[in-house]
Amino acid sequence: MSEVLDSHPQLLQGAWITVQITVLGAVLALVLALAFGVAGAARAVWMRAVNRLYVEFFRGAAALVLMYWLFYSLPLVGLRFTPMAAAVLALGLNYGAYGAEVVRGSINAVPKAQYEAAVALNLRPAQRMRRVILPQAVALMLPPFGNLLIELMKATAVVSLVTIADLTFRAQQIQANTGETAATYALVLVVYFVIAQVLQRLVRLLEHRTERMLGRRPRRGALREVPAPAGGAPR
Amino acid sequence: MPPTDTTPAVPAPEDDVPGVPLAKGAADPLPHGEAPGIRFEKVVKRFGGNVVLRELDFTVAPGERVTLIGPSGSGKTTILRLLMTLERVDGGIIRVGERPLSHMERGGRLVPANERHLHEMRKQIGMVFQQFNLFPNMNVLRNLTEGPVHVLGLSRDEAVERARGLLDMVGLADKIEAHPSQLSGGQQQRVAIARALAMRPKVLLLDEVTSALDPELVVGVQDLLRDIARQSDLTLLCVTHEMRFARDISDRVLMFDQGQIVEEGPPDQIFGEPRERRTRDFLQAVLAS
Ligand SMILES: Nc1ncnc2c1ncn2[C@@H]1O[C@H](COP(=O)(O)OP(=O)(O)O)[C@@H](O)[C@H]1O
Ligand SMILES: [Mg+2]
Repeated sequence: MSEVLDSHPQLLQGAWITVQITVLGAVLALVLALAFGVAGAARAVWMRAVNRLYVEFFRGAAALVLMYWLFYSLPLVGLRFTPMAAAVLALGLNYGAYGAEVVRGSINAVPKAQYEAAVALNLRPAQRMRRVILPQAVALMLPPFGNLLIELMKATAVVSLVTIADLTFRAQQIQANTGETAATYALVLVVYFVIAQVLQRLVRLLEHRTERMLGRRPRRGALREVPAPAGGAPR
Repeated sequence: MPPTDTTPAVPAPEDDVPGVPLAKGAADPLPHGEAPGIRFEKVVKRFGGNVVLRELDFTVAPGERVTLIGPSGSGKTTILRLLMTLERVDGGIIRVGERPLSHMERGGRLVPANERHLHEMRKQIGMVFQQFNLFPNMNVLRNLTEGPVHVLGLSRDEAVERARGLLDMVGLADKIEAHPSQLSGGQQQRVAIARALAMRPKVLLLDEVTSALDPELVVGVQDLLRDIARQSDLTLLCVTHEMRFARDISDRVLMFDQGQIVEEGPPDQIFGEPRERRTRDFLQAVLAS
């Protein structure tokens, strides 16, 4: 057991790589999710078709196979990715597809009356989306995004298969060096758990902020003078 | 379901009583200047197989204030939504001023309007909804400045000044930083009225704007709208079941049934001596409810 604990610098290096891939993959997934999710909620048929194409293809693709394909197959046509780039791209494309479904659903769940009020104020289509619909949809997106983020973090374990020295990769090393299988993997589980907890906290924080923006909970220090009315602005 | 005309005996509660000191000299927040008229020409609107408007014709003169009454489902909201470009016509033409709203001219022919034309036409038109529809992701001030800044191109300072003037007028100057969910229904509707006026429309559409309010808040909002109607040059189209309000606010009342105008005339005549059977029945039903 103590041998395992002595390997903690390696473990922490591995954890850092895992966090990096998680963050980069999540940023890419978020950008793709927003772009293709908004397209999926658009009126234009071709935009919705683009959304369907992306979602159906990458939602069905296993991150591992996608990563192998990017890493091993594309060099055959002259496209070379570093292991890190292949890993981030694979995870981002895969989770971006799930995220796009969340974004599309959230946009469609914003009451139609909000869209109509934006038209009545003569906001242009892009302004309606950016200033009225999306900010309200974000509140609906965050909880499922929190789940996806943790799923993505756990899925990063596959990157050890393209020789990236992430947490799982380090675990295998330490296990091989010490022979302490049970202790090693127990410790690694704990580290994954801690990372997941931190991510969860961050998402919660964002949730609270958006809820305050939407007036669903009082701002710190501000007293509610009048209780929220019935028949108020639709949620 | 439709609210009655009976003025509640309950005085408006304190949180909803501004003295409505409208139009304070130089900083008059209300729109002024020539307002366009409106013309419906053989307008058809259907939802699936349900023909709601069947070749409807009517005109509203520039600056005229018209109230639409009629049973639920008779197409009143549809008329306002067509004017706000929230629905598209299935036949006929709507004109605002001399220009077609639902169509635009292309090589001497009228074709269905594109977004650019609709944007141009919407500059003249504002709407207040039954359910207020304030933006819950913005505080009161931003609800009022969003359009002026991002659509009209006002500077933030100009927009804030305009918003302050309007909030003053609707008696909510102290709620400028409040969040919509912190306001009563009456207050939310006042903000919604101010938000519409901040765009300086020439035509204002009011769709049962007090029917979602608690009874004791109705009169305050109605008084506000009455003063706005009297002190501005707006062309006003108003749907309401409240007869006192309709009398106060309108030059002419149109009685609708099944997408057709059954009877029209000055409010005193329509409410005092309705000629048509259907008008009498409708008014009786409203009074009884
Ligand atoms: N979006 C819609 N889809 C289908 N039918 C609609 C829609 N909006 C209105 N209608 C129908 O059109 C008719 C007129 O409705 P509306 O204009 O709301 O009447 P009013 O405001 O006079 O009560 C009703 O029969 C209603 O069911
Ligand atoms: Mg209606």
